[in-house]
Amino acid sequence: MSDMDDMDDDAGIVKKFMFLNRKAPHGTVYALEGLEVVLITAAFDQDVSMAFTDDGVYQLVKGIDTKGIEVKDFSKTYRALEGYDIEKLYVDQVSMDARGLSEDDLIVDVTVLSVDEMANLMAEQDVVISF
Amino acid sequence: MQFGILVNEGPYSHQASDSAYLFARSAIEKGYKVPRVFFYHDGVYNASRLATPPQDDRNVSARWSKLAADHGIDLVVCVAAAQRRGITDGVLGDNFRISGLGQLVEMGIQYDRLVTFGD
Amino acid sequence: MLHIVNKSATDRGSLESCLRMATQGSAVLLIEDAVYAATTGNAAAAKIQAAKAGLKIYALGPDLAARGMAARVLDGVNVVDYGGFVDLVAEHSNCQSWL
Repeated sequence: MSDMDDMDDDAGIVKKFMFLNRKAPHGTVYALEGLEVVLITAAFDQDVSMAFTDDGVYQLVKGIDTKGIEVKDFSKTYRALEGYDIEKLYVDQVSMDARGLSEDDLIVDVTVLSVDEMANLMAEQDVVISF
Repeated sequence: MQFGILVNEGPYSHQASDSAYLFARSAIEKGYKVPRVFFYHDGVYNASRLATPPQDDRNVSARWSKLAADHGIDLVVCVAAAQRRGITDGVLGDNFRISGLGQLVEMGIQYDRLVTFGD
Repeated sequence: MLHIVNKSATDRGSLESCLRMATQGSAVLLIEDAVYAATTGNAAAAKIQAAKAGLKIYALGPDLAARGMAARVLDGVNVVDYGGFVDLVAEHSNCQSWL
């Protein structure tokens, strides 16, 4: 693939990328295919943040078992993100509250942000991609 | 100023590809550059030259091809999303090509703006 | 920042999510089915009216016209064409599509 060539061309430019995850897993493909973009972006040595709001917070819950619906369980990938130097994981407090979730319900360590904190973080990004 | 465009849905079922096309055309008319459009998720279906819509309807794939020919736009279809959905080199319309997700990331790095159209 | 919403607020929550996260002075552009929220009598119109105090609200004219809503646009909502959409993207340092 030409991805390796691209990395040489872009050497030195580091932009702030936020991946905003607003959709639940499995019902649609966006969470799974979105995660693939996140991993590639990290391989380009960019400043990557992942934000989880609305139903996107459901991507991170413990106890996911996809055997019965015969689709890939990609939730394990979130635990591997640290290996890709993706350590900025943010969740929206209001979205968590609206779904009866707390940090203890999630499979990875996250930073819980207020609406204002999340909004300001989003506003300071160079690129926001929402899945 | 350079704009990158990301199209996340296929033709006809959603307005996304139409909105993206009209946005791209207007941007070019106003003198901006649209060097690349990236097709992801079901957006890869926009690349199929096998689609034959009725004569009185727009041909979404063909008009992307023509816009690309007229203005030198790089129409890139994500390889992983395409393989999942049976879009291969053999069905690609003119000026579409299949490549990796790095081409999407590169738009974000190199261009001034990235605009997403989807469901 | 420019926020782009494309779904009807009487069908999905993306407009509400957007308005919650849009910082003071940001721009919100309604396209496709989202334009219904900017029309008189729509149940979401009050949200747009309230948001106008702190945000600049735009709606895409061709999408309003295609839905028979061109004459029902709320006061204070700026109607733009695709060229205006392009200008909004150019004028703001980044944008987010609330898909």
